[in-house]
Amino acid sequence: MTEPLLSKEIINCGSIERESIPSLSIDGLSRHLRESVQNGQRVSALFGIPSLEGEGVEIIALLADDAQGRLWISRTHLQDKRFPSLTPGCPQLHLFERELAEDFGLEPEGHPWLKPVRYPQNPLGGELNQKPASIGIQDFYRVEGEEIHEVAVGPVHAGVIEPGHFRFQCFGEEVFHLEISLGYQHRGIEQALVGGPNQKTLHYLETAAGDTTIGHGTAYCHLLEALTDTEPPLRGQVLRSLALELERLANHIGDMGALSGDVGFLPTASYCGRIRGDFLNMTALLCGNRFGRGVNMPGGVRFDLEDDSLKQLIKMVEIGKQDAKVAIELLWESASVMARFEGTGTLAEKTARQLGLVGPAARASGLSRDIRSDHPAGFYRFTHIPLSSWKTGDVFARAYVRWQEIQQSLHFILEQLHNLPKGPVDSKVSQLKPNQLAVSLVEGWRGEICHLALTDEKGHLSRYKVVDPSFHNWPGLAYSLRNQQISDFPVCNKSFNLSYCGFDL
Amino acid sequence: MFPILKSRIHQGYRTMEFPEGVKLPEKFRGKPFLAAGSTCPENCQSCIEACPTQALIQEGKLKIDLGKCLFCPDCQEACPQNYIQYARDFSLSARKREDLILEMDTETLKKAQSLDKEMKRVLGRSLRLRQVSAGGCNACEADSNVLGTIGWDMGRFGIQFVASPRHADGILLTGPVTQNMKLALLKTYEAIPEPKLVIAVGTCAISGGLFQTHPETCSGVEGILPVDLYIPGCPPHPSSILEGLLTLLGRLV
Repeated sequence: MTEPLLSKEIINCGSIERESIPSLSIDGLSRHLRESVQNGQRVSALFGIPSLEGEGVEIIALLADDAQGRLWISRTHLQDKRFPSLTPGCPQLHLFERELAEDFGLEPEGHPWLKPVRYPQNPLGGELNQKPASIGIQDFYRVEGEEIHEVAVGPVHAGVIEPGHFRFQCFGEEVFHLEISLGYQHRGIEQALVGGPNQKTLHYLETAAGDTTIGHGTAYCHLLEALTDTEPPLRGQVLRSLALELERLANHIGDMGALSGDVGFLPTASYCGRIRGDFLNMTALLCGNRFGRGVNMPGGVRFDLEDDSLKQLIKMVEIGKQDAKVAIELLWESASVMARFEGTGTLAEKTARQLGLVGPAARASGLSRDIRSDHPAGFYRFTHIPLSSWKTGDVFARAYVRWQEIQQSLHFILEQLHNLPKGPVDSKVSQLKPNQLAVSLVEGWRGEICHLALTDEKGHLSRYKVVDPSFHNWPGLAYSLRNQQISDFPVCNKSFNLSYCGFDL
Repeated sequence: MFPILKSRIHQGYRTMEFPEGVKLPEKFRGKPFLAAGSTCPENCQSCIEACPTQALIQEGKLKIDLGKCLFCPDCQEACPQNYIQYARDFSLSARKREDLILEMDTETLKKAQSLDKEMKRVLGRSLRLRQVSAGGCNACEADSNVLGTIGWDMGRFGIQFVASPRHADGILLTGPVTQNMKLALLKTYEAIPEPKLVIAVGTCAISGGLFQTHPETCSGVEGILPVDLYIPGCPPHPSSILEGLLTLLGRLV
């Protein structure tokens, strides 16, 4: 007897007929996800879409098998609002299920932590399960006890950062539990993408998380190229990957400075604050905007790199490389920094794996996952950037992995700039294929950016799902704070440096 | 100690002169305008249709609302005649919302007025701002925050971001003002002692930008708080933000 098909394979930057995705029962999907995750796969996305049959909700799941470099899609059709929660058997689904409940009024029974995610005014499923709660008004997890006290922070924080609410349960200085409640930045991006693509679509994705403009922009362009069978010219692909690595450099270097600032080590904090700006200016050299607005377009990139700009860019990267080295290597030889970084905010490999962490945070806990090598797309198919990782899972590891990645990206950029292929930088994209599902994964500087799109019979977007790496990683921050001093929160938070708007969409 | 001193010598003195020391990238996009001698064919709507935020308006003449403009290359690429160009000027701030609406061909932005004499006496040499992000994508936030780094060092002009609204002289607002942040924004404003300023940074804060029609946002700050200074851009270049602040304080002549 042959096994019934549980899932269909899809490649990164590829598309399949929507109808060809195997449909399982909810129990079947639950078992399949649980067993696959136990066997080392992870859930990249789980999301709902109003069913084609008119009633109920279709749930689509994307599993990533990083070791084998393969991606698998499954689905189920839910008629009933109630279903047995998948989270108890597979903890990394907990936020995805909360999102489903909020967007489609579903009731996952037995979900251990069924709370709002974004407090949307206009949920995707069209109807609200109940009257929307006011943002931030919810039952926070409480530790009882005479000497337990609660610390509430946000939504407006002390620094120049985005809003979110943090609720600490403390015993003296020690944090027993941290709960993170977001949604303040919710702008309704996924809702607005339905019916596209149109003049606004690329801009929505470029501002989904503004510090990841190039990452999200690339993910969108890959997706559109998959849906139109377009292969951008090689020069366009190289320029796109250069922009993505410049974005990684600017952000990683900024993070190194911010981490130094949070432990009171001002030399590196000052230097890196400025060097980050130098790398943003390199991005502006490519496209006129420091954050890479206007780098990407479906089919390639918008701007070519002229010969004199190329020479200028090589010079700027060489200088930036020296400056970054001098600034960052100071950290590893300063005992006062190392004493604060090492052993702080430790996240064990097992926890990181269970939570399904991605990006530098996952690699700092010893996990080997990087889209650029596991599921390469675009120019990363033709090159190899060694994976950077560390075992200790603490603030030091998250800083050190960034430093390794800074060096790898610099090496990659210089190599490509000296060997830039000639030719055009973009190609025309045609109409989108109808009734398709397409997947695009990009290793942004925070980790895996996952975009999925479904097209209707006319080739319009009927659903566009964005999973920012922060969606996977916020719970990692909450766990890393357990049994830490509350005064270590800033440095732990900075070591993850997650996106609020990328999560809230 | 020695490695730190050595690194200090390597990094050198890096604070730029302002505004003389600002270097804009070759491809920088300031105010879009129609090149001299442009004669648009009748009924050509290419640029208007291409604009993602309805920033271009046909009112007899073609006008641009900088408060809605994303400073993206879409209209330029759409123009079949290649008439649209971008000025390379970073001074983009205005005191009144209507001052941001300009004729595309010749009109340039009026220099923003500084605060009145009394406000300049109170705030001119020491301005403390509380930054509030209300749906901002972290680009405006990042390029406001960068003004505190040594390259820009706005502290030398007496301007500083502070942690508490109680210590602040005003709000520097970013983002389209999401419904979910409205209350927190109003409470922050209330907590600031009088007299206080509101500075709207970025297209989202000024008009809602891309999100102007979303029920999830309030379409920017209009009607929510009184605004003293508008700084358009997506995001505005740090030099645009600093220039706006210094102009407001009457520190740039």
